[in-house]
Amino acid sequence: MEKIRVKVCMGPAGILAGGAQVLSAFEKELKDKKICVELKSGCSAHKVGCRGLCAKDVLVEVAIGDNKTSYQSIKPEMVQRIVEEHIIGGKPVAEWGEDQNYRNFFKKQVKVLLSDCGEIDPEDINAYIAVHGYEAATKVLTSMTPEETIKIVEDSGIRGRGGAGFPTGYKWKQCRRDPNEPKYIICNADEGDPGAFMDRAVIEGNPHSVIEGMIIGAYAIGSHDGYVYIRAEYPLAVERLEMAITQSRQAGFLGKNILGTGFDFDIKINLGAGAFVCGESTALMRSIEGKRGMPRPTPPRSVNKGLWGKPTVLNNVETFANIPYIIRNGAKWFASYGTEKSKGTKVFALTGKIKNPGLIEVPMGITMKEIIYDIGGGIDSGKKLKAVQTGGPSGGCIPASLMDIKVDFESLAEVGSIVGSGGMIVLDEDDCMVSMAKYFLQFTQDESCGKCVPCRIGTKRLYEILERITKGKGKENDIDLLQELGKDVADASLCGLGQSAPNPIISTIKYFREEYEAHIFHKKCPAKVCRDLVTYSIIEKVCKGCGACIRACPVNAISGEKKKPHKLNQETCIRCGSCFDVCKFKSVGRE
Amino acid sequence: MEKSFNKILKSHKESNGSIISLLQQIQNEFGYIPEKAVFWFSNILDIPASRFFGTATFYAQFNLKPRGKNIITACCGTACHVRGGDRLINNIKNEIGLSGEEKTTGDRKFTLEQVACVGACSAAPVVIINEKVYGKITPEKLKKEIKALKES
Repeated sequence: MEKIRVKVCMGPAGILAGGAQVLSAFEKELKDKKICVELKSGCSAHKVGCRGLCAKDVLVEVAIGDNKTSYQSIKPEMVQRIVEEHIIGGKPVAEWGEDQNYRNFFKKQVKVLLSDCGEIDPEDINAYIAVHGYEAATKVLTSMTPEETIKIVEDSGIRGRGGAGFPTGYKWKQCRRDPNEPKYIICNADEGDPGAFMDRAVIEGNPHSVIEGMIIGAYAIGSHDGYVYIRAEYPLAVERLEMAITQSRQAGFLGKNILGTGFDFDIKINLGAGAFVCGESTALMRSIEGKRGMPRPTPPRSVNKGLWGKPTVLNNVETFANIPYIIRNGAKWFASYGTEKSKGTKVFALTGKIKNPGLIEVPMGITMKEIIYDIGGGIDSGKKLKAVQTGGPSGGCIPASLMDIKVDFESLAEVGSIVGSGGMIVLDEDDCMVSMAKYFLQFTQDESCGKCVPCRIGTKRLYEILERITKGKGKENDIDLLQELGKDVADASLCGLGQSAPNPIISTIKYFREEYEAHIFHKKCPAKVCRDLVTYSIIEKVCKGCGACIRACPVNAISGEKKKPHKLNQETCIRCGSCFDVCKFKSVGRE
Repeated sequence: MEKSFNKILKSHKESNGSIISLLQQIQNEFGYIPEKAVFWFSNILDIPASRFFGTATFYAQFNLKPRGKNIITACCGTACHVRGGDRLINNIKNEIGLSGEEKTTGDRKFTLEQVACVGACSAAPVVIINEKVYGKITPEKLKKEIKALKES
């Protein structure tokens, strides 16, 4: 009989949707029906990392021999039927399988560094080795010089995936050339951008690819000590990474005299403690040193004076995870994807008001339209697309009218946004752009480390101006003031956090100036989001008196008898919108 | 307390860790950073207490005050924000009776923490109650969970 493999998605969303329960249901069924006992090693049910289409979790793949079938939205109670009809009966349960939407989601994607993520058991090194894992590291360590290794990375044209897009090969070369010793290599897994989970998914789905990338990088620059700086907010990623490092050490890929080549290298995990600014390279290094994570002016660059003043290479998770694939398949192959200046593929976290939120990998240069409509399936709320926010607090909002834009480093910069680490948040008509800018400024002023004045005080003032605009107290020249101050903060701040902090404001003013004007001059929030500019009321004619809003109201501002129209007390109302959200009959009005 | 301090000191010396990892160990043990701990370690390691406080106050993860019995962590990521995260946070505050900038209720039954992003954006809005993650949470469901905790 043929091999049977069941893969259950246990990425962040898979776990939330009940992945663990689905997996144990499969294990139980396969055991109870004596399928696994008879087949022994030819049968397995195991967890895999993020399979991408988080909207339809739990995602399951059943493979009988080479015949693979994907299932979506699987619940534990559905498992029995799949086992009986598909695994025993040989007939897949068509109605739970992939549909057109599922196929569309994957059609335009190109899986390079996610090719094994969601396919292999992330907690088993042998699963990674079975898909050619550690072959690249072996090849580099046993048959290539560091210079040859750097050459391949340089030729591939890969640029840092953390946000700035600095050419990786060039960074490695500079560090290699520095005569000082020892050298350090650091993986930045401090994924601080709100609305981004690419690094988390890669580490949780295929931690060994990151480790292998680091081994290759260490060999190329001549480092023996590596660090992974990872957020404490990602406990599962930390756990899987620790497990992977231990396994890699046992298998002889980390430690002393790796593969008998005489090369020593090991990796330590450093837990971040919740500071966004530590995603900045010099701040991150200070944090590893145990200090307050505050950036310093550059130059000298980290490749010359980094961790403990020694030459250091710092790359993002995604960058390292790409390296083994580049070495294995060659620079040319990698460079065949993407555009002239932005090579390869990029992973994005597609979220917000989108039908198919999830983790996607696309070639650089794909249009925004293709991502939103072909892969993402369009807007889920039935409303119109308003903008796409990219790059988190350092990025900007790209309006619906520019959806033909190519997604690569240069094109996004041209319209005032950035690729950033890869968060992509889809906004619809119900989102207020002033409030969006305020949200990001609240974040940056809170996360500003306080070292330099333009950022510490500038972001605070910018936030205050936005705050008063959203409260209906905006002044006539506030838009000019925001632009002027924004420019000053961008020009004068010490590090990337402050330099990019005004981006959300500048880009929203550029494309949605009329919304700012509506807030300032007409005291209206067109999207009806800003609390102080909206009022709620109950439309008595429509109200069925179901009581849902009474139960939802946190301040007991709504009263009324059952089956009779309810009343809302404007004086008590805090305009939280809870009643609006729960009313099924659209009898709560919002003005 | 001293016994725990010695235990932490031993593992700190073995792992050759930094002040940050030491503070993380202290917080794991006590749930917060007790002032007593700072002075004890400052004395024994000959590191000024100001460096401990400076580091602890810089990072969002560290608490210098004891936290409540139940920890509610609200995600403030962008995806959660556009999916009504703000309203959820206000709801939580109203439910557990928190006002202004307070983080912990007077009876120390609840602590509300807001984090930048937990990285489960496709399930937004996300709230973590005592380490259990709730995705696509609604105000009603939240009310129910908090009520259950209040009664427990």
